[in-house]
Order: sequence, then C-alpha cells, then structure tokens
Amino acid sequence: MEKAERRATMEPTSGRTGRSPGHAPAIVVLIATLVLTGCAGDAPSALDPAGYGARRVEGLWWLLFWISVAVFAEVLLLLGWALLFRRGERTKVRRGDPVRFVAVAGAGIPLIILVTVYGLGLRELAALGDGPDDSATTVDVTGHKWWWEVRYAGRFGATANEIHIPVGERVRVRLRTADVLHSFWVPELMPKTDLIAGETTETWLHAERSGSYRGQCAEYCGLQHAHMGLRVVAQPRAEFDAWLAKLDAPAPEPRTEAQRLGQVAFTQGTCAACHTVRGTTANGTVGPDLSDVGARWSLGAGTLPNDPGHLGGWIANAQVSKPGNAMPPQPVPAAQLPNLITYLESLR
Amino acid sequence: MRGGVAAVTEPAALATELPAGRSTGWWGMALFIATESTLFAALLGSYFYLRFQAGPQWPPAGIRPPELFLPLIMTALLLPSSLPLLWAERGIRRGQQWRLRAGLAATIALGASFLSLQAMEYASSLEEFTFTTDVYGSLYYVITGFHGAHVTIGLLMLTWLLAAALRGKFGVRRHERVRIAALYWHFVDLVWAAILFTVYLSPRL
Amino acid sequence: MSTVAELPAGAGPAPAEQLAARWEEPRTVRAWFTTVDHKRIGRRYLVTASVFFGLAGVSAILLRTQLAGPEAGLLSPQEYNQLFSMHGTAMIFLFATPMLFGFGNFLVPLMIGARDMAFPRLNAFGYWVFLFAGVFMWASLPAGAAPNGGWFAYVPLTDEVNSPGLHLDVYTLGLLFLGISTTAGAINFIVTALKLRAPGMSLNRVPIFVWAIVATSFMVLFALPALNLDNGLLFLDRRFGTHFFDPEAGGNVLLWQHLFWIFGHPDVYIIVMPALGIVSAVLPAFCRRGLVAYPLVVLGVVSISIISFGVWAHHMFATGLPQLSLSFFSAASSIITIPSGLQLFAWLTTMLLGRLVMRAPLLFVIGFIVTFVIGGFTGAMFALTAFDQQVTDSYFVVAHFHYVLFGGAVFPILAAVYFWLPKITGRMFSERLARWAFWLIFIGMNVTFFPMHLSGLFGMPRRVYTYPEGLGWDPWNLLATLGSYILAVGLLLVVVGVVHALRRGKPAADDPWGGDTLEWATTSPPAPYNFPVLPEVHSLHPVWDPRTAESVAAGAPEARTLAEGRQTIRTSELDARYEQPIEMPESSLRPLVAATGLLVVFGGLLFDWYWVAAGGGLLLALTMVGWLWPPAEPT
Ligand code: HEA
Ligand code: HEA
Ligand code: HEC
Ligand code: CUA
Ligand SMILES: [Cu+2]
Repeated sequence: MEKAERRATMEPTSGRTGRSPGHAPAIVVLIATLVLTGCAGDAPSALDPAGYGARRVEGLWWLLFWISVAVFAEVLLLLGWALLFRRGERTKVRRGDPVRFVAVAGAGIPLIILVTVYGLGLRELAALGDGPDDSATTVDVTGHKWWWEVRYAGRFGATANEIHIPVGERVRVRLRTADVLHSFWVPELMPKTDLIAGETTETWLHAERSGSYRGQCAEYCGLQHAHMGLRVVAQPRAEFDAWLAKLDAPAPEPRTEAQRLGQVAFTQGTCAACHTVRGTTANGTVGPDLSDVGARWSLGAGTLPNDPGHLGGWIANAQVSKPGNAMPPQPVPAAQLPNLITYLESLR
Repeated sequence: MRGGVAAVTEPAALATELPAGRSTGWWGMALFIATESTLFAALLGSYFYLRFQAGPQWPPAGIRPPELFLPLIMTALLLPSSLPLLWAERGIRRGQQWRLRAGLAATIALGASFLSLQAMEYASSLEEFTFTTDVYGSLYYVITGFHGAHVTIGLLMLTWLLAAALRGKFGVRRHERVRIAALYWHFVDLVWAAILFTVYLSPRL
Repeated sequence: MSTVAELPAGAGPAPAEQLAARWEEPRTVRAWFTTVDHKRIGRRYLVTASVFFGLAGVSAILLRTQLAGPEAGLLSPQEYNQLFSMHGTAMIFLFATPMLFGFGNFLVPLMIGARDMAFPRLNAFGYWVFLFAGVFMWASLPAGAAPNGGWFAYVPLTDEVNSPGLHLDVYTLGLLFLGISTTAGAINFIVTALKLRAPGMSLNRVPIFVWAIVATSFMVLFALPALNLDNGLLFLDRRFGTHFFDPEAGGNVLLWQHLFWIFGHPDVYIIVMPALGIVSAVLPAFCRRGLVAYPLVVLGVVSISIISFGVWAHHMFATGLPQLSLSFFSAASSIITIPSGLQLFAWLTTMLLGRLVMRAPLLFVIGFIVTFVIGGFTGAMFALTAFDQQVTDSYFVVAHFHYVLFGGAVFPILAAVYFWLPKITGRMFSERLARWAFWLIFIGMNVTFFPMHLSGLFGMPRRVYTYPEGLGWDPWNLLATLGSYILAVGLLLVVVGVVHALRRGKPAADDPWGGDTLEWATTSPPAPYNFPVLPEVHSLHPVWDPRTAESVAAGAPEARTLAEGRQTIRTSELDARYEQPIEMPESSLRPLVAATGLLVVFGGLLFDWYWVAAGGGLLLALTMVGWLWPPAEPT
C-alpha cells in the first residue's frame, strides 16, 4: 500500500484532551497475593499437592505462571511507555509501518515460548498417563446423584464418600456413573477425570503423605452438585489392609439394648429398602451402604458433620440440609430415633 | 485506476450489460446453502460417530441392513430432477416461458414421486423398527426425514415459482428468483447422494 | 473529475430532497413496526441486548450475593441453578453476539459507504426473531421453568428422565429460534460486505471492523449448525423418544459435547472477534495514525476464524479421550494464541508510534488490553492438557472466561458505546461520568474475577450454589462479591451517562474524534439514506483522504447519487468495481408477521400444541410467499 494512503491529518473537533489516567494496577497487588498465598491453610489446594500427579501439575503451573508474569510485564511495559511518553501536543506521530516488529514480537517470540511450553506440557501429560498396571489396588467408584459409591476390586462390601488408599502406592481408580455425568477431583492428589454415562473411565491416585484429602464432584450434576464431596484417606499399608479387611466382614453386632432396638427399627423400617448393612437383612441399594457409617467423615457427601445430633436431623428430614437428594424424610417415631442413631453410630 | 472506476461509473456504462456480476440474492442463497450443508455434514458425521462408538454390529441386532432397491429408484428420480430445472432456467434466459413452465413442472413431478416412494419405504421399514427402537432407528428416520423435509420445502419453492411463472412474472432480464430457487433445489438434490451413501450404502461396506 | 463536471446540473429537485422523500419513514406507530432502516434496527439490537445484559447481570449479582459467604440461604438450589444457567446462556447468546451484531448493523453499511444492508427486510426479520427468542427465554424465569442445565446443558443431566419439566425445552427451542436470527444476520453481513462496498473499496481497504464482522459471520455459518443439530436431537430425544444421547440404546453422551463445542469454541471467537475489530477501529482515532500492520491483523482475524474450528476438544480434556487426540487439541489450542498475539502487538505498536488522546473510548481499550491479556494467558495455560485437567470445571475457568468475555468483549463494547454514541445519537456524553464509570468498572471487574483464579486453584468447583466454610474459599468469594457490586455501580454509571447524553448532551460534530472510516464522513446521526452521495474510496483511511471528500462534492455523478429511486450501489466482490445500482426494498410489516409466525411455531412446540405450531408455520409460509413474490416491474 502506498505511504500516501496513510495520511493522518486529523484533530478532534470537540472535547478536551484528558488528564493522566493514573495507573491503579490493582492487578499487580492481586498477583502478589496469589504468590503469597500459594498454600492456603486447610484448602483442598492444587498448590499444596500431596500426590504425585498433583505435584507434577503444580510444577507446570508455576512455570506457566512465571512465563505469564514475564510476558504480561512486557505488555505492561509497552503500554506504560505509550501512556507515559506518547501523549501531549508535542509528541510527534511517527509514520511507517513496522510489520516486521509486529510479526516478531506478536508471533515469533510467542511461538518459541509456546513450542517449549507445549513440549514440557506433553511430558507432564505423559506422567499423568503413567498409571499402575492391573495388579495394583483397584477402587471402583460409582457416581450417584449425589454421592459416591466406593468398592474395591475383589471385595464384597461397599462404603460411600470415603476412599481409603495405601500411602506411597499407585492405586487404580475405575469410574462409572449410575446416572448423569460427574467428575472425580481430589485437587491435592490428582487432576480430574469425568464419569461418563455408558463408559468406564480410569484414573489413579498416588498419595505421597498420609492424610485425609478433600475432593468434590466437579461436573455439574444437578440440584445438589454442591454437596457431592468425598475424602481420600491415605494411610500406611498395614492400616489400610486392616480397614479393607473390615469391608468384607459383617457390620458390628449391636452391643447395647438401645443399639439392638435401633437395628430392629432399621431393618424393619423403611431404611432397609434403600440401605444395606452387611450381616443384616437390610440390603437396599438405592442409597449408600451404611455398614461403616459411624466412622465416616460426614453425612450426605460432605453436607453435615457426622455426629448424633446431625444424624438425627438427617434421618428425620434429609431434605432440609440437602434439598432434592434421593432420601425422603423418614417418619421414624420419636421414641425410636435415639435408638436408631445409637445403632448407626456404632457401625464403625 | 481512477480512470477505470470512472469508466464504469458513467451512466452510459450502466445502461449496457445488465445484470453484471452475481446478485446479492445469489450470494444470500449460496451462503444459506453453505450453512445448510454444514448442518447435513454434522448430521452425517454424527451418524458415523455413533456407528463407530456403538460397536461392531451395525445395524444393531434385530435390524437388517437397509434394502437398496427402492432407494436406488428414488435416486434415479431425484438426481436427474435437476436437469429439467437447468433446462427451464436456460429457457427463461431466452424468454421462453413455456420452457420455464414445462421444466418446473417436470422437476416438481420428479420430486413429488421421490417423496411418495420415500413414504412407501417408510411404510415397510416402520414395520421392522421405528425411531424409538434404538439409536440406529433414530438416525435412519431423522436423517431421511430431515432430507425429506428439505425436499418438501424445495417443492414448495418450485410450486411457488411455477405459480409466478404461469402469471408471466419472469422474463429475459427478470429470472433472478428462478436462478436462486434452482440453486436450492440442486443442493437438496446433491445432498441426497451423501445420504444414499451414508444411510444405505455404508452399512454394507 | 472531468466527466462529472460535464453532467447537467440544476434540473429538477435537489438530490438531497429527492433522497429524503424516498428514504425517510413517517413518524407513525405503523412505521415503527415496519422499518427496515439498518440504523434503527441496529439501535434496537443495541438497546434490546443491553436490557438482556442488565437482566443477566442482575442474575449474576444474585449469584454473587448467594456466594458471598458459606452456607448462605438467599437462593434455593433450584433458583441458583436456573439463575446461573440463564446468566450464562443470556450473556453469551442474548447479549454478547446480538450486541456486537447491533454495532455491525449500524456501522457496516456506513463504514463501507452503502445506504443499507443487502437484505433490509431480512434484517428487520432478524431483529424481531432475536427479540422474540429473548423474551421467550427470559419469560421462563419468573415462571420457574428456566433452563437449569448450565449454558452447555450436558446430557444425560438434561434428558427427559433427569430433567423433567419445560426447563430444557425452553433451552433447546429458544436457541433454535434465536439461531434463525443469528444465521440471517450473518448471511446479511457477508453479502453486504461483499456486494455493497463503495466503489474503490477493494479488499485491502476494508476496515478491520468490517473484516471482523465478516469473519465472525462465516464462523456463525459454519459453527451454528452444530449447535442447532445438537439442540434438535436433544429435543427429539426429550419429546419423541429417540435415542441419540441414550447409552442404553446405542446413543452416546459425548456426541452432545462434541457437537456443542464444535459450535461452542468458535462461538467464543464469534464474540471476541467483532470486539477486537472495535479495538482496531477505535485506536486509530485516538493514536492519530492508522493501525500498524494492517495485513497482519487481517491475517490474524482470518486465521483465528479458521483455527477456531480445530480446538473444540480442549473443553473435554477430562472426559478420558485418547492421549493422541489430547495432544493434538492441545497443540491447536496453543497455536490459536498466535493470531491474538499479532493483533495485540499491532495495537501496542500503534500506540507507541502515535500520539495518544486520552478519552473515554481509549481508556476502555486500555482496560481491554490489560484484562484480555490476563484472560488469554490463562487460556494458553489450559491449552496444556495436564494443567487443564487440574483446573477445569473449577472457578479458575470461571475466572478465565470472564477475563476474556468481560475484558475481551465488554470493555470493547463499552469503548464502542462511547466512541459511536455521538454518531448514533448525535449527542456528546460527559467525559467525567465516563471516567468514573471506567475506573469503577476496571477496578470492580478485577476485584470480582481475579479472586476466582485463587478459589479455583484452592479447589472450588464451579456451579455450586453454596460451599462449606473453612476450606480457604471464604475470603476470595467475599472479595469477588464486593467487586461485583463495584462493577454494578460502574455499569449503572454507563447507563446514566448514556441517558444524560441523550437528554443533556451537547450536539455532536459529524466527526468528533477525527476517525478514519466512512461513518465519520456523514452527519451525526446519519440521514436515513446515510450518504447524499455515495463516496468513492481511494485508501484504507478514506476520511483522512481528501480524494474521498472530492468524490462527494457537489456535482457528483448521478451514478453515485442515485436520487431517482431507493437505491444503493452494487460492486464486485474483490475490487469493488461498480456493477449496477440496485433497488432497495421499502419498509414492510411482513418481517414482523413472519417472526410472529415463528414465535407461534416455537410456542406451540414448547407446550405440545403441535396444531398451533403448524398454524404458525402456515402463517410464516404464506408471509414468505407474499414477501418474495416478484414485484410488478417493466420487463
Ligand atoms: C471471548 C471469549 C474467549 C476467548 C477470546 C478465549 C480465548 C482462549 N481460550 Fe477460552 N474460554 C471461553 C471464552 C474465551 N476463551 C469460555 C466462555 C470458556 C468456558 C466455557 C465453559 O466451560 O463454560 C473457555 C474455556 C477455555 C478452555 C477450556 C477450559 C476448561 O473448561 O477446562 C480452554 C482450554 O484450552 C481455553 C483456551 C483458550 C485459549 C488458548 C484462548 C486464546 O485465544 C487466548 C489468546 C490470547 C492471548 C494468549 C493473549 C495475547 C497474546 C500474547 C500477549 C502473545 C504472547 C502469549 C503467549 C506466549 C502465551 N478456553
Ligand atoms: C459475556 C459474558 C458474561 C458476562 C459479561 C458476565 C458477567 C458477570 N458474571 Fe458471568 N458467566 C458467563 C458469562 C458472562 N458473565 C458464563 C458463560 C457463565 C457460565 C455459566 C454456566 O456455568 O453455565 C458465567 C458464570 C458466572 C458465575 C459462576 C456461576 C457458577 O459457576 O456457579 C459467576 C459467579 O460469580 C458469574 C458472575 C458474573 C458477574 C458478577 C458478572 C458481572 O460482570 C455482571 C455485571 C453486570 C451487571 C451488574 C448489570 C448491570 C447493568 C446495569 C445496571 C444496566 C441496567 C441496564 C438496563 C436497565 C438497560 N458468572
Ligand atoms: C428412598 C430411599 C431411602 C430411604 C427409605 C432411606 N434412605 Fe438413607 N439415604 C438414601 C440416599 C439416596 C442417601 C444418599 C443421599 C445423598 O447423600 O445424596 C441416603 C443417605 C443416608 C445417610 C448418610 C450416609 C452417608 O454416608 O452420607 C444415612 C445415615 C441414612 N441415609 C440413613 C437412613 C435411615 C436411618 C433411614 C431410615 C429411617 C433411611 N436412610 C432411609 C436413600 C434412602
Ligand atoms: Cu456430581 Cu457434580
Ligand atoms: Cu474453547
């Protein structure tokens, strides 16, 4: 194009030429906050990894973060330069069309960065794909609206919303869904994997420290997607084996009269239609297996703390704290409720 | 360059050689066809996606691969139906009203027979499976039905053209609408080839 | 100009009067419903889309208020889920695209030196359909039947079994209905830009904004069918028992996701592309020089629109796709940042070489650059599958897309509001109010959305109506909520500013900023026929080029005045050579009637009244018969 075509004979015909915008880089402050809060207390933070997969990704994140800070600084520098030095009546408008500069700064340099980063990213992706083989401990997790059914390959029993794994080992996790899509996410251990209707997907966990890690369903799954939490408890192999052994055994027998009455209320009431307690006649499969419910971290997949008071409230009307969930309010007679609670608390 | 523009912008230059270039209507229809083709491509793409996700047996157990006899006759009716239309369009460009009318009528007749045969085909296949049987049934009826709906719309357009043609609305210089509607018919016509391949031939490959 | 001067002058009424007689619409109620003037229609798009923005924004404020603290009880989960679904759906479909189409409608004919869009009545039809579809969808909210499956409505959550009721039928039908408007608009833009450019506006002189609108329209044509198909199939599944998304009967739930994102990813560029075009249009005026590297910017626009069709699976990185396709889509997603980088550096270089005039539109452009780059970076981070699997479906993603949507689209839209307000309304706005608005919006926007990066990294999933306390999410959510209130005040100031300008604003000059494109070469606001004489274009910056003014000076040839009829000039596709004058249609009630027919069709489908729907279809068909009937004219 001819140079003559780029004439810039212009003056605004109205309005004043403004004052300094001042720069309020609230943004810089916020970036600093991000750096300072890399680990935020008890958050299930992806930046405070306790598992192999999450740790790899954390490394990738900091790399990406610093590259972004650098490129962002470059952009701000150019912008700031223009804002500081390219204003006022005496600034001379420069003609010319530095296409090459734009091509190098806008495409060439980014391309180099991107190719490098892409290569590193592929390495991390491969690392995440490097799961254990068939001989590893295998957990079968099934998503329900809105709780997690947890089983172990080769074991009979089931639990819910709580996954025990041996620390320091790669554990295979097979994911299925009973209804809609969900997503399995334990930020401190491993990135997400979706649960796909009609398919089985797979991921794995490798906890490097013992501890209890919060996870949550990450794929929107309807009304109570907010209350579909879970815990992964990583424990030494021996402890884990002991825990796992209980999964095949019947639930503890009632030891007190109250517990016995509670069991009767449970097995002969509506509960048994939906819940299983191993070793009793209750073998419903609509709701979670309750054989170890007394030992769980929560009620209703992270909705309520697991204590007698909340348990009573949950049984009487689970719709209050988790509206829409699949357990209807239970008309348990007031006299039986304490027994029922005592019984369920004893299942651990 | 300035001279060039001036030369063609003089009123004298305008009077001659009308129409020059493609009209806005032509472009409008061409773009509409582009987006419709994408729709069909996505639909047929979904067919193959579902087929290959569904496993080795296709059509699924209990459904025989589609008969070819009727569809081939339908093809023999629909694909050539563009020819009378082309002939009609050429005719009106020379001002031959009768060619326009006859050509349109012939195309409409071919298109309508296509639709009747499709109805016959449905009558027999509906005995075997419906669109609620399984995903194969859903695909089969939705793809062919969607195309049938396009043929119907095409026929409505042609009938509308014929009605206008019978009133003598078109002439040597005024046949833009014929050209544009014909474009749509050719498209409906060609899409059938893709459907023939996907729905009727590919399960046999 | 020799040929021109020789034309006889003075015979008959002056061209301007003749034109006014041909183009002006009476100020009657009927005319309000029948108008086909692209400027009125463009204004309506802008106002309607702003109202939908207000509604979606108020929904967002409710969401934020609910999330201000843990375990809040302001909204029930039903309400929350409908509100966030409507917020997302409306922002994307009823605000962003139509708003930008509104600017396109108003500006494209002006920028290319034409008297209207190629299909003015189709344009009116598109507006009515947009309005009706928007009302169709919003009306479901007070009825408690609003879409509640999120803006991408994944199956099987959205099938009949898991989502009974009308919620998802409103979604599928509403989007199909709206799609008709968007498709019509896209075709109209492309044909207008291809065929109605002023003589001499060859492709290398087309303003970037027009390029962007055309590229966007092409993306619409090739992307929207996937969404329409998706919604059509879901509607069939829900209503008529087909099995496309039913794994029990051979269907597949990932088909939905593929089709959705084959549309959905191009769609985010459909939103941002015209916005980037706005930036390229605003900068020259306030840097007092042309945009640097025009060919590269055009290349960037075109290549984004192509590459955007090859990255969709980056929204499905956690669905367990094979590693090979993960790495492919990861690479494509990384590459697509390059054309944005090109444009960004073209803008920065323009600013570095020019002389900045700090006025409100430029402030918003600067706000855009800062925020869009942050959003772009997080996008580039997602392109790496391993990282994406960690943060997908968390608030980190919410942060990303608000930085690109608010930063990348709303800031340019606000820049455009201030930039073209004088042209659209003929009034200047108060710079002081505008600056207050800018700072509140800029600070509010960052305070709202930056903390979401953190809550996301700290493990907070998106689309939760509440969250437990003590997980380290509370402060960031509170901060975000406070930010959203600041943001709301800022946006309110924009509304106040516009109303103030309309009521009290000083009359605007024709060219208050010294812009370079043709809309500044006519009056503010433009006459119904846009240009008394259609200009001849000789360069990329026609208004800065004295030859343009010469070409419209007194005594211009009748071939470009076209005062005899209601006409504009048709030119050739590539080099815009004069082809012939074409007749433009008069105003008509048919577009409104046809759109009403469609409304009846979709209403009938929604409520199962299939005979009503058929009646609507008949109304539509009969209207079309008359609409397209060949006019009586001499052979
Ligand atoms: C206007 C809308 C818009 C825009 C412009 C973008 C731009 C980009 N987006 Fe974004 N995106 C969305 C809207 C948008 N996005 C939405 C709405 C979602 C979520 C949908 C949902 O789930 O609800 C989403 C989600 C989304 C995902 C999926 C996240 C997930 O759900 O897990 C990904 C993954 O790759 C992605 C990538 C990108 C990339 C690579 C870009 C790039 O185009 C960005 C390019 C720009 C820059 C990079 C900045 C400028 C360039 C430079 C300064 C050069 C130097 C740069 C480098 C060296 C990196 N986006
Ligand atoms: C263009 C797109 C766009 C825009 C501009 C916005 C703007 C905002 N968004 Fe939105 N958002 C989305 C697109 C957008 N969003 C999408 C696609 C989703 C995903 C949905 C899903 O998951 O399905 C989402 C999701 C989303 C969430 C996550 C919900 C969840 O996952 O649970 C949140 C939460 O804070 C949020 C907040 C906000 C806020 C506070 C604003 C603010 O910027 C809003 C500010 C606006 C106002 C406050 C209105 C003020 C206007 C006036 C005062 C003028 C009145 C005008 C007239 C009367 C004419 N948005
Ligand atoms: C109609 C089926 C149904 C009946 C009847 C039923 N439940 Fe439930 N129950 C469920 C479902 C489903 C859940 C999981 C809800 C969720 O978290 O979304 C559940 C959850 C629970 C939990 C919490 C388990 C956990 O680990 O979070 C307890 C405890 C419980 N039920 C006890 C009872 C008792 C006691 C009764 C009878 C008095 C009973 N239920 C009757 C379906 C039922
Ligand atoms: Cu399960 Cu969300
Ligand atoms: Cu995308």
